[in-house]
Amino acid sequence: MLDLTPKTMTERKALRINPCKTCQPVGAMYAALGVHKCLPHSHGSQGCASYHRTYLSRHFKEPAMASTSSFTEGASVFGGGGNLKTAVRNVFDIYNPDIIAVHTTCLSETIGDDVGACIADMDIPEGKYVVHTNTPSYVGSHINGFYNMMQGFINYLTVSTGTPNGKTAIFPGFVNPGDMREIKRLAGLMKVPFILFPDTSGVMDAPMVGRFEMYPKGGTTINEIRSLGDCTEVLALGPMTNTEPAELLKKKFKVPFTLLPLPIGIEATDRFLMELSRISKADVPYELEEQRGQLVDILLDSHQYTYQKTVAIYGDPDIVTGLTSLCLEMGMVPKYVITGTPMEEFTKEVTALLERYGVTGAVVKANSDLFELHQLIKNEPVDLLLGGSYGKAIAKAENIPLVRAGFPILDRYVHSYLPLVGYTGMIRIVERITNTLMDRQDATCADEDLETVM
Amino acid sequence: MRQVAIYGKGGIGKSTTTQNLNAGLGEMGKKIMIVGCDPKADSTRLILGGLAQQTVLDTLREEGDDIELDLVMKTGFAGIKCVESGGPEPGVGCAGRGIITSISLLERLGAYEADLDYVFYDVLGDVVCGGFAMPIREGKAREIYIVCSGEMMAMYAANNICKGITKFANTGGVRLGGLICNSRKVDGEAELVSAFAKELGTQMIHFVPRDNMVQRAEINKKTVIEYDPTCNQANEYRELARKIDSNDMFVIPKPLSQERLEEILLEHGILDM
Repeated sequence: MLDLTPKTMTERKALRINPCKTCQPVGAMYAALGVHKCLPHSHGSQGCASYHRTYLSRHFKEPAMASTSSFTEGASVFGGGGNLKTAVRNVFDIYNPDIIAVHTTCLSETIGDDVGACIADMDIPEGKYVVHTNTPSYVGSHINGFYNMMQGFINYLTVSTGTPNGKTAIFPGFVNPGDMREIKRLAGLMKVPFILFPDTSGVMDAPMVGRFEMYPKGGTTINEIRSLGDCTEVLALGPMTNTEPAELLKKKFKVPFTLLPLPIGIEATDRFLMELSRISKADVPYELEEQRGQLVDILLDSHQYTYQKTVAIYGDPDIVTGLTSLCLEMGMVPKYVITGTPMEEFTKEVTALLERYGVTGAVVKANSDLFELHQLIKNEPVDLLLGGSYGKAIAKAENIPLVRAGFPILDRYVHSYLPLVGYTGMIRIVERITNTLMDRQDATCADEDLETVM
Repeated sequence: MRQVAIYGKGGIGKSTTTQNLNAGLGEMGKKIMIVGCDPKADSTRLILGGLAQQTVLDTLREEGDDIELDLVMKTGFAGIKCVESGGPEPGVGCAGRGIITSISLLERLGAYEADLDYVFYDVLGDVVCGGFAMPIREGKAREIYIVCSGEMMAMYAANNICKGITKFANTGGVRLGGLICNSRKVDGEAELVSAFAKELGTQMIHFVPRDNMVQRAEINKKTVIEYDPTCNQANEYRELARKIDSNDMFVIPKPLSQERLEEILLEHGILDM
């Protein structure tokens, strides 16, 4: 049943099959959940909000709280302004968040609701905030939605008081809470005072405390977002997710920014640490040097099992770029590197990376889909798949092992608590990739070749 | 930069008036961009000397998101920059969303240069849905002129448009600059439209008389000012341009009730027939 994908590839212009992305509001909702005591609000029909919440809950195995404007046929004819006003009043009355972050949906975008004017016209309770962003799902992907929501917060809340706060703003991009924790750990070890925005740790990996917490402890605070305009600089981790919000902050408040790759793999983590060291003028502590040394040791020990193994990597642009770098450092050969997000920078970044390692003949594509990846693999298989859950159909049909990494992972647990970033993240992924390849060898080798010591 | 939106009943002569008026402003040395917000894409035909313009949405459909500004922007008479938003074929799709998409795209491509004196939005018919209000949202066009005539339905449409403006005036800051009467040779037309304007709290900024010269210039794909710069009608458009350039009366209109609108019609002219 999973094997009906034809081997012969035909050019497709409009049709995407098994898209390697989801829609903007999912990203906007996730970004808003990274703000403390914020309730994301989906300005559209109930189905939109349900789908986006479900999608996030299935990945994080946590409730994703959000409200909706509950459009009916009436709202789609008369515009959603009235629904939004009622919704905001009810949400503050019943759920009492500090801030409501509105994102739009296809329907409200097509109606052409002027959400900004509607919010300006509202009676918002003292000390409460309503912000918004436009997230038509038919443009870009959840990555666009994520940074659009960041810009919504900045547009509404951020100010420049003229007094620098001495902090560095760090934009982590669309990564797991486990990654956010690791980024904060690294910045802390490097003695850099920082504001992480957004920050879903403590929200989408909140502990079980025996009672329901609508707004868990985590998240960037409203005051921190307001203070972004007084930051010394921005470290934007992941250029494809963070260029726009970093540029907005620069344009509005003259805060300079440095674009860095997501710190996945040794080289990218080194770069992040060196930037942190430049800012704090602190040396890299032994704790991190030791961990890096361990990682290099691990790579040398396990190299024979990963060297020249081919891999197909798919997912979100910045994470896939990071994973490509990591695989190259392991001596693997990325053969297919794709994202569903339409961003041509992705192709350029990854191609440049592959060139640097002398890898030729790889297929690198943005705005692609998993159907195309499957066809590529049917024509020339790989040793390993690296990406989210939707690759499991290819893995089963083609009998190729899959290591899950990135977004979304809907069919496994724990992954969102642990990082991909930093030396910690790489040690974890090296273990998983190596084990997977070695398990495969054990499972398929001839009886007489089965090794007890490897 | 003054951003101006022109509204009015379908077929009233918005595109013709906008382009002739812009030719007048262009002659005065103003730097202008016209953004046609009509799926028919005929808002810049007279300035460009033909309909050849490739619309933003056509380009988007054929080339994808990665397009260059000069693919969709052409320069015509008096250095006026012209963009047509375009839209779906009749009977399909969503023209309102088309306008939202193309204006966002123009912003992203940097069409709104700092040295422009005027941006004109030529919007089709009434403000029928959210998309057609796009030019007056979010601090884009701050002033609106409504093209109308002394005909009942043209005034009815103008009154409706005023309701739309009122909605956006409080939050978006958009104001009505006046009514442009594009004469249909209705009895007592100037007085009628003036009285109507006064009741709305605005002015009839200019009475453009009916002249076959407009038709002749249009057949030749030219504005009157370009086709025959010495004729009387050219001077009328120059006068309109001058009045708009020096206009300082910007109001939030007070739309009339249907009864009051009909009363005004009765008071002026019609009964004398």
